[in-house]
Parts: sequence; C-alpha cells; structure tokens
Amino acid sequence: MKERLVQLEVLRYNPDTDTEAHFQRYEVMCQEEWVVLDALNKIKADIDPTLNYRWSCHMAVCGSCGMMINGEPKLSCHAFLRSYEGVIRVEPLAHFPVERDLVTAPDDFMEKLKRVKPYVITKQKKPIEEGEYKQTPAQLMKFRQYSMCINCMLCYAACPEYGLTPHFVGPAALTLAHRYNLDSRDEGRKERMEVVATKEGVWECTFVGACSEVCPAHVDPASALQQLKIVGSIDWIVEHLLPGGKP
Amino acid sequence: MSRRPLVREVPPTTWFFRHPRYMRYMAREVTSLFIGAYCLLLVVAMQRLSAGPVAWQGFLDALRGPGAIIFHLLAMAAAFYHAGTWFNATQKAMPLQIGEEFVNGSYISGAHYLVWAVLSVAVLFFAGVF
Repeated sequence: MKERLVQLEVLRYNPDTDTEAHFQRYEVMCQEEWVVLDALNKIKADIDPTLNYRWSCHMAVCGSCGMMINGEPKLSCHAFLRSYEGVIRVEPLAHFPVERDLVTAPDDFMEKLKRVKPYVITKQKKPIEEGEYKQTPAQLMKFRQYSMCINCMLCYAACPEYGLTPHFVGPAALTLAHRYNLDSRDEGRKERMEVVATKEGVWECTFVGACSEVCPAHVDPASALQQLKIVGSIDWIVEHLLPGGKP
Repeated sequence: MSRRPLVREVPPTTWFFRHPRYMRYMAREVTSLFIGAYCLLLVVAMQRLSAGPVAWQGFLDALRGPGAIIFHLLAMAAAFYHAGTWFNATQKAMPLQIGEEFVNGSYISGAHYLVWAVLSVAVLFFAGVF
C-alpha cells in the first residue's frame, strides 16, 4: 500500500493554559487513500494524545468532524489527503468559539435551530386510528433536498454574514425552516416566519452563496434563503397592501 | 477543567480577501456602484433635456469625451456582470416543479437571458438604431 509523509499544521488551544491559539506542526506517515481525519487519528494515537477534535461516523453522515482545511470548511472525513500538496493547515470551524484545539462550541447554532421550530407542526393532532399523514412523491420532492442537512455547520463557517453579524439566524437553520414550511403535513409556517422574515432572519443574507458551495450534502441553503425572501415579501405585500389581507 | 472558549474575530473590513469566492461576491456588489452612477447620469440627462435644446446639445457633446466613453464601457461591463449574476440566481430563487421533477435550472436562467435579449433589441429598435 502506497504511503507518504504528510505535514499538518494544526491549531491548538488549551483553555486551561493558553490565552491565544497557536499552530503545531506534525509529520505523519499516511496511506495514499486516507482522509485528513485519518491523519488526525494517527497523530492522536502515535504522536500526541492531547490533540482534541470531534468525529463519529467517518462517512460524511454525522456532520461531527467539520474543520477548516486550508481555509475551506470541510468534513475532515471527506477531505482526501491526495487532494492537498505541501503542509495542510487544519483549524477549527470558523465563526464559532473554540472550546479546545479543533473542538468548537455549537451552542449558538443549536439555539437558532430551536428557534425556527424544525419539526412538523399541526394545529390538531389526528387520532392514531385515522392513520398516517400521507404525502405524494411530488409533495415529498418539494422539500426533500432541504431535508438532507446533517447539521455540520460548514455553511455557518463559510458565511461571512454570520461571521460579521453573529445574530444572523444563518443558512442551515433557515433552510430547515423552509423545509418544514414546504411540507404538506405542516401548519406551522406562520410561527416560523416570525423568526425567518426578520432582519436577523433571512434579510441578513446578502446571497454570497458560500453556504451552498461548501455544503457536503448538496442541500443548497442559498436557494432556500432566496425562496424565503420571496415568500416573506409576498406575505408583507398581502398583509400591508391588500385590504383585509392576512399572510 | 474550565470552560473558556476562544473567540476568533472576523476582520470587519478585510474579510473578503480571505477567499476568492468572497472576492467574487464583492465584485458583484461593487457593480452596483456603476449601475447607480449610470442611473444618476440618466437623471442628469432628463434635467438637461428639460432645460432646452442648447443644454441638451451640451450634454450630448460632453458624452463624446474620452472620460464619458470609458465610464460607459465600464458601466456596461458592470451591468453585464451584474445582470448575469442576477439571472443565474433566478434558478435558485424560483425553482419550477412539474410533477415529481424540477425543471433544469438552466432553462429558468436561460429564459431570463432570452427576455433580456428581446427587450434590448426592442429598445435599440425604438431608439432608431436599426
């Protein structure tokens, strides 16, 4: 099996001893088909057990191992070493507070996710005897793409708006709001739009489009946000310009 | 063990130098300045037109200067780039679903380019270019 010596420059931060972060260089023998996460695992196992980072599935499903790799938000399990030349710079996800080394604090994202109510809301629950909530394939396709989000937060790390104005609800949470708004079983659009169609919500987005470029699940959050702007505008026109209008 | 997360600030004025995609975004935004400047020029043109034939002729003569021609070329390039980014965005903002399938986004953007071309030809026609 072909091997090569890989150099990684990893951002280190220890809250117990450091006031600032610094980079630490590692040299590690890696197999050709490995990803950056494999290299980090090898470092932790053989060179430096104090290195901290999150990971779980190792197959781009769980969304735990997001990092900045050469300045680009990536799942480290999805970033093949063979795609990089020279020293590979590994940093924690941008725009999130660094807890320790490559581990970030996702609290802000989790709070925003809760605010948009990312679940089916029905005004009246159906008794179980009445059966399931049915949906046609066409109704499913309307939102299916947006349901593929794995909450990896790469879109937040890519979004300069979120970096500059942290109160922005952000791409993934807004996309999930749109996903449930589009769901034929859902009746919670009005509640969600109170969070979505606001300055902190979708109107903070200036359509840089970086979220869609880095999304590993091809969710295309930028499209969801632009569609939400149209929905929000129509709601506003109906409410303010049409007699007796209610969105 | 204490919890003391490190906040890494985003540089408020130089952040867009960090990645080519941010530079592309800023280029798109900067084109708006040219569009805005051209709109102002049209307002000035109307004001000159209302001021009488001498004023109007003076305005037309000024437009023939090299500075005005360079500005027009820059404004036209900016308008093309701006319009292109806008039309390319339409397929994201206005997806069209027929049954279980979505219409290919290039048709949606393409339709906008087509309408743009037709309207441009119509404007040139009514302006007496051909």
